[in-house]
Amino acid sequence: MTLFALDRVTVRLDGREVLHGVSLELREGSFAALIGPNGAGKSTLLRAAAGLIPAEGGISLAGAPLARLSSTARARAAAFLAQEREVAWPVTVKTLVGLGRFPHRGAMQPATAEDRAHVERAMERMDVARLRARPATELSGGERARALIARALAQDTPLLLADEPAAGLDPAHQITLMEVFAELAADGRGVLASMHDLGLAARWCDRLVLLHEGRIVADGTPEAVLTPENLARVYGIEAHIGRANGGLVVQPLSRTTGR
Amino acid sequence: MNLRVPYPVLIAALAVTVALLFGLSLLTGSAELGLGESLSALFADGGSGGSGGGNVVAIVMQEIRLPRALLALMIGASLGLSGAALQGYLRNPLAEPGLIGVTATASLGAVLAIYTGISAAVPLALPAMALAGAGLAVLLVQLLAGGRGGALTLILAGVALTSLAGAMTSLALNLAPNPFASLEIVFWLLGSLADRSMIHVQIAAPFILAGWLMLATLGRGLDALALGEETAASLGVRLPLLRLLAVVGTASCVGASTAVAGAIGFVGLVVPHLLRPFVGHRPSRLLLASALGGAAMLLLADIAARVLAPDEDLKLGVLTALVGAPFFLWLVVRTRRRLA
Repeated sequence: MTLFALDRVTVRLDGREVLHGVSLELREGSFAALIGPNGAGKSTLLRAAAGLIPAEGGISLAGAPLARLSSTARARAAAFLAQEREVAWPVTVKTLVGLGRFPHRGAMQPATAEDRAHVERAMERMDVARLRARPATELSGGERARALIARALAQDTPLLLADEPAAGLDPAHQITLMEVFAELAADGRGVLASMHDLGLAARWCDRLVLLHEGRIVADGTPEAVLTPENLARVYGIEAHIGRANGGLVVQPLSRTTGR
Repeated sequence: MNLRVPYPVLIAALAVTVALLFGLSLLTGSAELGLGESLSALFADGGSGGSGGGNVVAIVMQEIRLPRALLALMIGASLGLSGAALQGYLRNPLAEPGLIGVTATASLGAVLAIYTGISAAVPLALPAMALAGAGLAVLLVQLLAGGRGGALTLILAGVALTSLAGAMTSLALNLAPNPFASLEIVFWLLGSLADRSMIHVQIAAPFILAGWLMLATLGRGLDALALGEETAASLGVRLPLLRLLAVVGTASCVGASTAVAGAIGFVGLVVPHLLRPFVGHRPSRLLLASALGGAAMLLLADIAARVLAPDEDLKLGVLTALVGAPFFLWLVVRTRRRLA
């Protein structure tokens, strides 16, 4: 099944066209990375797919047009991890992760055993279970990022839209994150995550979507997308592309001229 | 900092405090009445609705002290609840109920009623015009702030409206026809619960209850909003509806409070701030706790106003500001120490 589909989606922010007729589909079982330079429109695409900003064109979630879904139905179909790691109050990590259960609970309903199980599992996956009683505002940047990712995991949705989830994590936790996202895909869910670390994306994602100036310029396997031509044209860089331990290794080396 | 108190214990303790202070408020006043005498008079015939010359103690209890205690309870709870709701919505511990312009516009409505002399001619014109002012504030703030439910535009619209209403109130003072009118306006602006009747309770109660109901629905949405507007929306919170309920709910209960008692500051700012650590900083749990805390604080302030200066008619708003401001300074110092 298609988890989400964008059909010629155009987005204008403050009158400036940021996405120009982008079409993209994500199916179950896929962990795709959305890559592209700063300002390419990655965050805008993720926000539009989650229905958080007005967009022209067709957007559907879980097979239904976005406009026809209730806010709760949307929240049960797709979790969204924002790039800003905002936590306004010093609530505990456990409370924070528990917010992921919001769309699954009625207004006056207490947390069920299922809710608690999802929260526990999410905290363990992101290695924040031992921080459960700590105020979220007193965590380090990387710890807070992991707690917020756990929040999105606790939402237990078929689709996860994550805006730079790996930013600020140490290498071990970056790998943990990639493993978790790959597991989600293996379970038949779908993940679309914007990323700047091309090496990480190339190694763990089955699909890369390359965005450049509001248009998708390449979409396919890491090998097909991370070509020297694409890297030079879109990023203006030259990179070493090799293979190690059965996966692609990408290491940017230098800027190319003409940028 | 989280002060671990089980939530039901906290709520029960606050509720008992409110009940005790409510009783104490009924027993406080210039007439020396015994405990048993007062309480039996509260339920005796011959107070309101009784024939002339009836039981004096019953009249004192039922027509003077009961409305005063009821108003302190209702208004205090409104200020605490709406303060907690707005701080949660705006994700800012400095927000207070007056921020969205309701207090200033309701005051302006009341001041205009005094200024034009309508309040002298028609007894209920003052609260009616104050309520109209609050209603107008809601319309203007919603229009100015736009439809997408953002917090920043709401603050800006509220600040603009407060300044404008403040300027018009000053103008009314400036052009007041005689010193007595200016004095009446100034005294009214200070906020007081003295000499209010059951009619004031009846005017305010429907709006206050409606406001409470609206604000009480916000809890979960406010919790989710701690993660930012985008994340809250992605969790299924309907932000425009949330803002509408926060604004209309606050306007309804604070507008009605201002209409019968004038502007009473600091309760809505300090009470949520004080209670937040006791509820693990969760906005949803702060709502009820803060409503009870606000009621307790205003009952206490109103008792203090009568005990400290029984003959001076010390204004309630003056007292809450006198106590509230230094207290707030202390909070600032404590926060700074923790950050250092």
